[in-house]
Amino acid sequence: MNNQGRPTTPAAIAANGNAPETMSGSKALNQVEKLIFEVGTPQNTGVDLPAPKGGASRLGAHARQGEIGLPGLSEPETMRHYVRLSQQNYAIDLGVYPLGSCTMKHNPRLNEKIARMPGFADVHPLQPVQTKQGALEVMYDLSHWLMTLCNMPAVALTPKAGAHGELCGMMAIRARLDADGETHRRRVLVPESAHGTNPATAVQCGFNVDEIPANDKGRVDMTALRAKLAEKSDDIAGIMLTNPNTCGLFENDIIEIADLIHQAGGYFYCDGANFNALVGRVRPGDLGVDAMHINLHKTFSTPHGGGGPGSGPTVLSDALKDYAPVPYVVKSDNGFDLVEHVEGEAAASFGRMCAFHGNMGMYTRALSYMMSHGSDGLKQATEDAVLNANYVQASLSDVMTTAFDGTCMHEALFDDRFLKDTGVETLDFAKAMIDEGYHPMTMYFPLVVHGAMLIEPTESESKQELDRFIRSMRHLAAKAKAGESEMFKAAPIHAPLRRLDETRAARKPVLRWTPPEDLLDAAE
Amino acid sequence: MTVKYTEEHEWVKVDGDTGIIGISVYAAKALGDVVYVELPEIGRDMAKGDEAAVVESVKAASDVYTPVAGEVIAVNEALEDAPETVNASPEGEGWFLKIKIKDAGELDALMDAAAYKSFCDGL
Repeated sequence: MNNQGRPTTPAAIAANGNAPETMSGSKALNQVEKLIFEVGTPQNTGVDLPAPKGGASRLGAHARQGEIGLPGLSEPETMRHYVRLSQQNYAIDLGVYPLGSCTMKHNPRLNEKIARMPGFADVHPLQPVQTKQGALEVMYDLSHWLMTLCNMPAVALTPKAGAHGELCGMMAIRARLDADGETHRRRVLVPESAHGTNPATAVQCGFNVDEIPANDKGRVDMTALRAKLAEKSDDIAGIMLTNPNTCGLFENDIIEIADLIHQAGGYFYCDGANFNALVGRVRPGDLGVDAMHINLHKTFSTPHGGGGPGSGPTVLSDALKDYAPVPYVVKSDNGFDLVEHVEGEAAASFGRMCAFHGNMGMYTRALSYMMSHGSDGLKQATEDAVLNANYVQASLSDVMTTAFDGTCMHEALFDDRFLKDTGVETLDFAKAMIDEGYHPMTMYFPLVVHGAMLIEPTESESKQELDRFIRSMRHLAAKAKAGESEMFKAAPIHAPLRRLDETRAARKPVLRWTPPEDLLDAAE
Repeated sequence: MTVKYTEEHEWVKVDGDTGIIGISVYAAKALGDVVYVELPEIGRDMAKGDEAAVVESVKAASDVYTPVAGEVIAVNEALEDAPETVNASPEGEGWFLKIKIKDAGELDALMDAAAYKSFCDGL
């Protein structure tokens, strides 16, 4: 038995009175796999290293006193372990992944091929500039594409994820306010449906957050916004607004919002997390945006699902561009160069956000995506993403309940009114989707919608694939309404693990594996 | 002791110049299983509507605002180890903090139990 109380030996499993349908616990291709600490033992090793040469240890009292108990596995055991785990996972390469947030869209294999070319993959940031001209050209060209698509005069490439990009934009706003002596401007307006990172970023930069309510159409309540600004505006630092917003809706009043904020003396930070619904159709610079981060790992298809490297380049307006962080790439007659220090041309820069130049592998992939699609292809990807979301919304709106009337942008938002009195909750519905072979959509977000179900199909899915997904969703909605709540409460029944105790996992997390006694004895 | 409610679903129980603050039964039910509660420092001065605590459930993290201005004089430390108390007894043992009320006049703008009930029925 391990420390989670889960029996792991055949005898213990049998004695537990909970014998599996097979002795091994595996079901054909669905293999049971234990933790790596339970698979390997410290006595085994997959490598054969010679004893290190050299004199006596000089570690003194710092020398290791006992075994550290790392699991030892042979190479085939290691391969089996990770392949088995990967087969219990769900991935965009396996099926529809309507979760949306960050890249649940296809990552073209071409991007991977380009990023692995030695000239890109094997450069080091400390190499002399003349030996990495190709890499600098990628950064320069990527900057050009991003500035052109946004109609903005500057971009900071280094931020390493969306929230880091928010930090970049808000630090630029703060630097500009401080440079202008406007240190009393500390209030940032944030809609209540915002991504949680928005208020967190504002507070991190020393601002106070003031929430703006949403109207019944899921957009910024303009009456409330005007009232707030009329009441007091000389302390306004700016606004942080996502467009399309977290309800998947375009903020129709965005130009008026930008004007109001500018008249109040503040700056407009646009959260660009959902820029994939605008690329090629709308340029943020035309909307009055002063700063916006772009999730390369979403909008421009660099792999991020599961927590891979992100990249959040941040475009800046004329008002903020002098405050951009270093380093950045410049082009001269002698080729490309890096501005690395806060002096000369970069004198107003607020400083440095990364030790080096950001996530180079994401730049290469994003530029590969842009150049292979071309401007017409990028525009079509945007249109297809919006079309797909609206197809899903229209195909489900008679059996599920849409949170807001009208067409959506890149994601379709449903609430739980259609589950009223069925005994089935959003969570149960999502678990039943797992049995249907789909990763659940985003649940319970945005918070302004009760029991929210936010579906982002992306442009990657074909009509056939969407129709299959829609059939499953309609089937589940019908079952819920037919009173089959027990099926939902038991779901998932076909997954490698059944319903997990999420409450207990959050309240009493077990974050560390501790070896059983006999293993400890053996290691000594 | 009078109990008053806000539209953000906090309650304040008034005992002399002490106010005990927590979240309503409606709020606890809407949040689902509470897994974590962050409480303020004792001695902190809060204006009406300031963020007094954070409550995190399996579904969402939400701010708890103080219904009236005052200074924090006690917090319910038991919630740190047993956040489930908020679900079990939101308007009793699941209280969050106690404050020394600065201006009792601010209580007048809040809803009483009957008004709050009809407010929730309308949601």
